[in-house]
Amino acid sequence: MRRLARLCLLVQLLAVFCLAAPSPDPLQPKEEVQLCKENAGQYGGRLVVGLRAEPKTLNPVTAEDAVSREVIGGLMADLVHINRSTQQSEPALAKSWKVSPDGLNYTLKLRRGIRFSDGQPFDADDVVFSFAVYTDEKIDSPQRDLLILDGKPIQVSKLNQYTVRFTLSRPYAAAERIFDSLAILPRHILEKPYHDGQFLQQWSLNAPASQIVGLGPFRLKQYLPGQRVVLERNPYYWKADSAKHRLPYLDELVFVFAGNEDARLMQFEAGETDVVNRLSAQNYSLLSRQGGPSAFQLEDLGPSTEYNFLLFNLNDLGSSHLPEVERKQVWFRDLQFRQAVSAAIDRDAIVRLAYGGRGAPLWGNVSPGNKLWVDANIPHSQHSLDAARQLLKSAGFSWNGNGALVDPNWQLVEFSIIVASSNSQRMQMATLVQDDLSKLGMQVSVVPMEFRALLERVFQNHNYEASILGLGGGDADPNAEMNVWVSNGSTHLWHLGQAHPTTSWEAEIDRLMNQQMLTLNYKRRKRLFDQVQQIISANLPLVFLATPDVLVAAKPAVGNFHPAVLEPTTLWNVDQLYLRRGAEMARSR
Amino acid sequence: MRPRSAILLPAALLALWHLAFFCAGFLSPYDPAEQARELPYSAPARWQFRGPEGFHLRPYSCAVSAATEQPVPCYPLHFFVHGWQYRFLGLKWNLHLFGVPSPGRIAVLGTDAYGRDLWSRLLFGGRISLAIGLLATLASLVLATLIGTVSGYYGKWTDELLMGGAELFLVVPWLYFLLALRAMLPLHLSASATFLLVVGVIGSLGWARPMRLIRGVVLSARERNYVLAARGFGASDTYLLRRHIAPSTAGVLLTQAALLVPQFVAAEAALSFFGLGISEPVPSWGNMLAALQQYSVLVSYWWMLAPAIALVVTSVMYCWLAEALQRSLKSSSI
Repeated sequence: MRRLARLCLLVQLLAVFCLAAPSPDPLQPKEEVQLCKENAGQYGGRLVVGLRAEPKTLNPVTAEDAVSREVIGGLMADLVHINRSTQQSEPALAKSWKVSPDGLNYTLKLRRGIRFSDGQPFDADDVVFSFAVYTDEKIDSPQRDLLILDGKPIQVSKLNQYTVRFTLSRPYAAAERIFDSLAILPRHILEKPYHDGQFLQQWSLNAPASQIVGLGPFRLKQYLPGQRVVLERNPYYWKADSAKHRLPYLDELVFVFAGNEDARLMQFEAGETDVVNRLSAQNYSLLSRQGGPSAFQLEDLGPSTEYNFLLFNLNDLGSSHLPEVERKQVWFRDLQFRQAVSAAIDRDAIVRLAYGGRGAPLWGNVSPGNKLWVDANIPHSQHSLDAARQLLKSAGFSWNGNGALVDPNWQLVEFSIIVASSNSQRMQMATLVQDDLSKLGMQVSVVPMEFRALLERVFQNHNYEASILGLGGGDADPNAEMNVWVSNGSTHLWHLGQAHPTTSWEAEIDRLMNQQMLTLNYKRRKRLFDQVQQIISANLPLVFLATPDVLVAAKPAVGNFHPAVLEPTTLWNVDQLYLRRGAEMARSR
Repeated sequence: MRPRSAILLPAALLALWHLAFFCAGFLSPYDPAEQARELPYSAPARWQFRGPEGFHLRPYSCAVSAATEQPVPCYPLHFFVHGWQYRFLGLKWNLHLFGVPSPGRIAVLGTDAYGRDLWSRLLFGGRISLAIGLLATLASLVLATLIGTVSGYYGKWTDELLMGGAELFLVVPWLYFLLALRAMLPLHLSASATFLLVVGVIGSLGWARPMRLIRGVVLSARERNYVLAARGFGASDTYLLRRHIAPSTAGVLLTQAALLVPQFVAAEAALSFFGLGISEPVPSWGNMLAALQQYSVLVSYWWMLAPAIALVVTSVMYCWLAEALQRSLKSSSI
């Protein structure tokens, strides 16, 4: 019996020894750490966050899905980082950068003396290696497109151990923003597999934790399939707080796999997770009713950069044999028809009913949440059925004896809107739009659909009439939206696969978007992008509806909690988050 | 209570229940699709007998929108009022059992996310859902009886073939079948086409399980002494099936029917997830229940559970009737 007890004690001691997170390494004299101005926090504790699915990989070069990228965000670091709070770029692994007057050369000075999470030093060779991998055609990284300008990859050269130069083939506005989220890879670990052609198999979820090495605030400790990913403190992280204590404060960052938003909310309510983001307005008000500020820190950060819209199918259906859709495209292509639809939609009701008042109506492609780029002069057309009827009348539409709208050929105006059945807000928008348009005599049917089936119709076979979708939510910079607005872009939703712009205004948008990409001055760029916004709102390729507010919640114990509108809303400053203990908790109340 | 009279009560109640849905237009103060956007998630009306001039025999209905938490003034209730137009027995009517003077609104059971009157939606939805439930049950039980009887009675290779077919049918991944079906159909389906589609899909998917039960009953009935004796006297297969075998399956059929009706009403909600169900703004209990998939609705607005309660009441009444019928069948066969 006594032997058994001793054995138990030994096992427990071993467990404590093995499970304890590594304590932060003391700062080295020659180490150029970045000092943060945030309030100093306390070391220790684990922060638990719910994810909607399991990550698919931990390889930052091949990861495509948002969930994988969220986990990788805790493991990796980039050269220049976009501060999610100010939406401006700021130094990260590169302590400074210089742009040549012609805008073609970016010279980055790297931090000296900093180390990867396995203690190995970081220098210019790692940067050169990382960009060689990102631009490699065989690896085909999703980020590769960003690094190719006019068909030529951005050239990287090492000037000395701590200086690298990036050479662009043509000027590119805000090029330093490209570096955001491009994780710097450890050459000492990945060079061999890369040369052996094994790179794509690296850093899967089954890889041993010691293999996955990065410059982020955390490193992998454990992955339990179907349950959680546990990250532990990177003892060599290159940031310190104002009191020169090495960050991060947290011992562990744990991601649990929860499922949909409701499941994540329930876990948060039950106290199993500490932070929950992307809350719907309904769930947000549920939390605020339940306990208010003493139970949760609830934040409404205002409109997000996402934009939801009604999309009409304006694709060239040439050989796809969809006579019914083609017949209706005659209406959809009529600007006055789209303007009438836009005037008939009660956007305030959408914000009030679908977003519980926590959102903003939209008349253009840039949400008021994108403070740097929104054009405040976009006209806000009033909700007016009379104006809509006038527009329809002047476009040759009329009404039959039953009050139903008919086109100039006396065909009933009826069409369907496909919506993702899993997105309850967009389903509600569709029902409201349907009701608004029925007042114009249009017969609209709402067809809920599984999301992938919907994407296939929109992107592949174009067998749909209208849809309600949303875009945005990524970087606030206009360059991130190139693929939507340029006529040959991969997300040019209303008319995909154009070899040449079909309309003169699309050609004008192409010209302006490409010009803003080459313009380095912010004010001049803003003027160009304002013009784009005006053309879009005048021609209504998409009928913009509304944007939801960014709503997040955290336990009161989470310190330095400063969520931002841009993704990752709550974890962008995870290196500075900490858990308050008893005494400080009492003070903070 | 004698078995015959025991049937009367549940049958009468069920008839009344169905009559209410049949006269949905008369009983509904509002068009089920009409949105009152200023009153989303308004709680069921509270009744007051104190009007502006003191105590009043005529009840006043008062509402509060749960979403906006704005109280709305109270309005007196009137009976046999003229309101929105509906069609009934092929004619246009505008007479309603009750209502409140405009601009007031009465929400007997509260309102949904768009401020639509839940009471009116429940009645109109019940009309569609009960029709779907009953027709789909009928279709699947007819199929089940035909296949189950043939399989159980003839046995041997017929049985093996049919049972194998049924088992194959049960293991088909229906999710993909439904996705494919949605992809093949046109996007814009008329209300009656959707109705037939739902009945068809549910009815043709639901036959395999009851069929196995019926086959079991037939299998045992086939070997009963009276059946063997009748066969010995030269009775034909059709006679045996009609006179002896089919009556023995009645009990199973009735209990199955009572179970399947509520199941199929709920199945319609699942179909609307694939875009195959009754679509907005036409109400059905299925698409009304779909709103409860949102956790916040489930825990905040209890009145949204009304279609679930109606469904439970329906199935309890059907079970009751089935039990009474079964008892009466047993006593008459003794």
